[in-house]
This record gives sequence, structure tokens and C-alpha cells, in this order.
Amino acid sequence: MSAAATDLDSMLGRRWKRPPLIRRAWLRWTLTLGGLVYLVLAIASVEVNWSRVYEGLDRGAAFIMSFARPDFVSRAGDIWEGLLESLVMTVAASVVGILISIPIGLGAARNIAPLPVYLICRSIVALSRALQEIIVAILLVAIFGFGPLAGFLTLSFATIGFLSKLLAEDIEAMDKTQGEAIRATGARWTQWINYGVQPQVMPRLIGLSMYRLDINFRESAILGLVGAGGIGATLNTAFDRYEFDTAAAILLVIIGIVMLLEYLSGLIRARVR
Amino acid sequence: MLRLKKLVKTYKTGDQALKAVDLEVPKGQVLALIGPSGAGKSTLIRCINRLVEPTSGEVWLDDIELTHLGAGALRRARRKMGMIFQEYALVERLTVMENVLSGRLGYVGFWRSLTRRFPQSDVDEAFRLLDRVGLLAMADKRADELSGGQRQRVGIARALIQNPALLLVDEPTASLDPKTSRQIMRLICELCAERGLAAIINIHDVALAQLFVQRVIGLRFGAIEFDGPPDALSPEVLTTIYGEEDWQATIKKDEDAEDDSVEEELA
Repeated sequence: MSAAATDLDSMLGRRWKRPPLIRRAWLRWTLTLGGLVYLVLAIASVEVNWSRVYEGLDRGAAFIMSFARPDFVSRAGDIWEGLLESLVMTVAASVVGILISIPIGLGAARNIAPLPVYLICRSIVALSRALQEIIVAILLVAIFGFGPLAGFLTLSFATIGFLSKLLAEDIEAMDKTQGEAIRATGARWTQWINYGVQPQVMPRLIGLSMYRLDINFRESAILGLVGAGGIGATLNTAFDRYEFDTAAAILLVIIGIVMLLEYLSGLIRARVR
Repeated sequence: MLRLKKLVKTYKTGDQALKAVDLEVPKGQVLALIGPSGAGKSTLIRCINRLVEPTSGEVWLDDIELTHLGAGALRRARRKMGMIFQEYALVERLTVMENVLSGRLGYVGFWRSLTRRFPQSDVDEAFRLLDRVGLLAMADKRADELSGGQRQRVGIARALIQNPALLLVDEPTASLDPKTSRQIMRLICELCAERGLAAIINIHDVALAQLFVQRVIGLRFGAIEFDGPPDALSPEVLTTIYGEEDWQATIKKDEDAEDDSVEEELA
């Protein structure tokens, strides 16, 4: 495989191999070896306290066994209340989050937004994605107090980072000529978005919105742990009281609803193509 | 009606796509723009309606200079220039009717277009055009359900409903079979004659161009190498445009006059 051989005759009968990703051999081997060494050291550094694991097995077993007899009844009121709060929080946060995400998503797409707008929108997206839900929730609980308002705001904020980014990327990947054809008609910017861009990204936007609704519901179960209301608060209380049977009931309800949402989003996505 | 003065386009990569092109197109003239790939044909027509920004030079449409127009004035100028694309460039998830009506976007306000309440005169005109190109029955189909020839007819209707003075046509037949190509070319030229439109048709198929147009421009490396009637395309001329090749087969006149007209086909 000498670099000089370019004429056909000298190439014929030669074996061919795909050029390696990293051309310099020493660098390739250094990176591979380094990666392996790191992996071995990293695994070795994880400490496992086997006696503690042995003790914990009992608790784990009790937890799993309680799934065999989940208790929906004795805390039915609390579960229902928490569930309702979670659902309200989820739907409200998804709707508000999606509505805010759309303009930010448009602004964060390099092919349709001017540079200053692009930079501003990308910063908003980056900020929203950098701050993890739990951290935002703790901050907002500190500001607004315990309850679903903090959860609602947290989820709206998180939705913006998620949806704007993915929407912007879909817009950047759209077919340019369809948009060009609309611009060539003398359409104004809003009309261009409405006719040339929106039809191309709509299925993805709907799919992502449904997925975000799903995520927001699951997140709402976590946010309760830091006091942001919803079914998570009920779950947290059940754990604190060692009522594993009630906790199991709550988890089953959450699983059921997530499966229902999955089914629903499947139905909707099959219809929008 | 259309005048290009010393039009230059240099891409960021340093490629000079157009080198000071001068061109004048009178009202109602259909001209074909031929030349090898990369000669700047697409760039030239895109510089006219500024889908590509020219680097320097002037583009005059009647008495308006286009290269320095602001956003609003450019949109008003674009209404006078219908464009037809290679690969059709229909918005695939919109219906045929929406695609045709999108040609009116330059005339209709945002809220009307958002709610799809176009003026009745536009809707009627859309139906008339769809009927003219033989697709009236397809109005409510989605654009991606149509065949290539049908899609290009929708593209033609979309350009014409703008009520343009000039058609910019970019490789209208590049993705069509030979028979459909002829039908599409004939349709475009008939419509131009009916409405007195000028047209610049970017085309690879020299023989097809010769059949239909009144004037041929040959472009090579971003400069005009030939400007004359289709009959004047001799092997020597084609060699200066494209380079050395056996041209006898390309410019042989088609003796088998085709009797399949678009109308018959669609009846």
C-alpha cells in the first residue's frame, strides 16, 4: 500500500483494506491501550462490600415480595390525590414547555435563524440541558415552597431544553429545495415556516412531544422526592413509613400509566406520517 | 424585460460560478440555458431571484434592479418570477391544492395563509390551472402520492399561479422519462406562449431544447460561449461549450414527429 502506487496495473492483485480511522499507528495503539488500562482500573476501583450486600438482600426480598401483594386500598386517597397532581403537573408542563420550545427551536436552527438569534436560542437550550431536573426542582422548591407549582415549573424548563434542541436538529436536516420553492414564491418569513418548514418537521415534533409527555410523567414521580409534589411525594412518604406494599401499588400505577402513554403515542404516531 | 449586467458569483470556497455574465431576455422569449454540469446554470437562475446572492453585477426586471432590494421589495419582485425545479421541490406533506396555492403566498397575508382561507379568485385560478395541466382530480391528494410527471405539472401550476412575467426553470426534465420530458417541455412552452411569458430553461438535453425553444445560450465555466437560434448549434459550437465529443447523434433532428400531445394524453 505505498502511497505512490496510483496506476491501475500496480494496484491490480493487491489486497485492499479500509484505511483505519486514526492514520498514525502509534497514536492508534496508544489510544487503544490507554482505553483498556483505564477500563480495568475503573472496574477495579469500584468497591463492593459483600457483607452489606448480603444483609441488604433481605430488604430487597421484602420489597420485591410486596409486589405480590400491593396495597392499593389503605392509602387509596393519598395515591389518587398524588396521581391527579402528577397528571395535572405533567400535562400543564408539557403544553407550556412545548409552546415555548417551538419558537426557541426555530431560533436554534442554523439554516433558518440569523446568527445572533441562533446564539441566544442555543444558549437557552444549553442552560436548560445543563441544569438537571432535580437541581432545578430543589432551587424552585426553595423559591416557591413545597408543592406542584415547583414541579410544574421544573418540568416546563426541562422540556424546553429537550424539545428545542431536537426540533432544531430536525429543522437543520430538512430538505432545502422544498423550502426554497416556497421562498421563490415571494412568501414572507412566517409563511415560509408555515408552508415550507412546518410540514416537514410536524411528524417528528408530534412524536417528540408525546415522548416528552411520557418523560415528564416519569420525572414527576422523581420530583416528589425533593418536595415538588405529585405522586413522587406520595411514594416518598410510603418509603419513609416502610409501607412497601403501598409503595409497590404506586409503582405499579406509574408503570401502568407509562405503558398507557407509550401505547397512546404509538397510536398517534401511526396516524401522523 | 430581464437584463443581467456583469453578473458575478463567487462562492465562499473561491469557485467562480459566474464571470461577468451579460444577458438580455425580451418579453415572451423562451430561452434554453445549456452547458456542462458545474458551468453555473443553476447559479445563474438562482442569482436572478436571489435564492443565491450574487457577488456583484446587476439584475434588472423591467425597471427594477433586484440585487439591492430589501426583504419586502424582494418578496414583491419574486412574485413576478415563477420558479420550476428539478426533482419538483413540492412540499411533500401538503396536498396538491396547498402546493399550488402556495404560489399565492406572496400576495396573501400570513393569517389567511395559515388558516388556508385563500381568496376565492385564487382558489378558482388554482382549479383552472390544475385542469389545464390535467390534474384536477388530484387536488386533494398529497403531493407524495403523485408520479414524477404529475408532480412536475403541480410545480408548473404553482409557478404560474404567481401570475409571473418570467419563469425560471431549473432542469425540469432531469428526473423524467423521455416521453414525459417532452410533454413537460411542451406544456411549459405552450403556457409561456399563451401567457406571453419569458422563460429561462436550464436543460441538459440539447436535442430536447432544440425542439422547443427560440434561443439557446451556452454556458461554460461561468461565461457565455454561445448565443443564438437552436439551428445554429453545430458540432463545433457544442465542442466549444462542452468539449470534444461526437455530436452527430445529439443534434440529429427527430424525424418521427410525435403526435402524442399533452391534451390527448390527459383526455
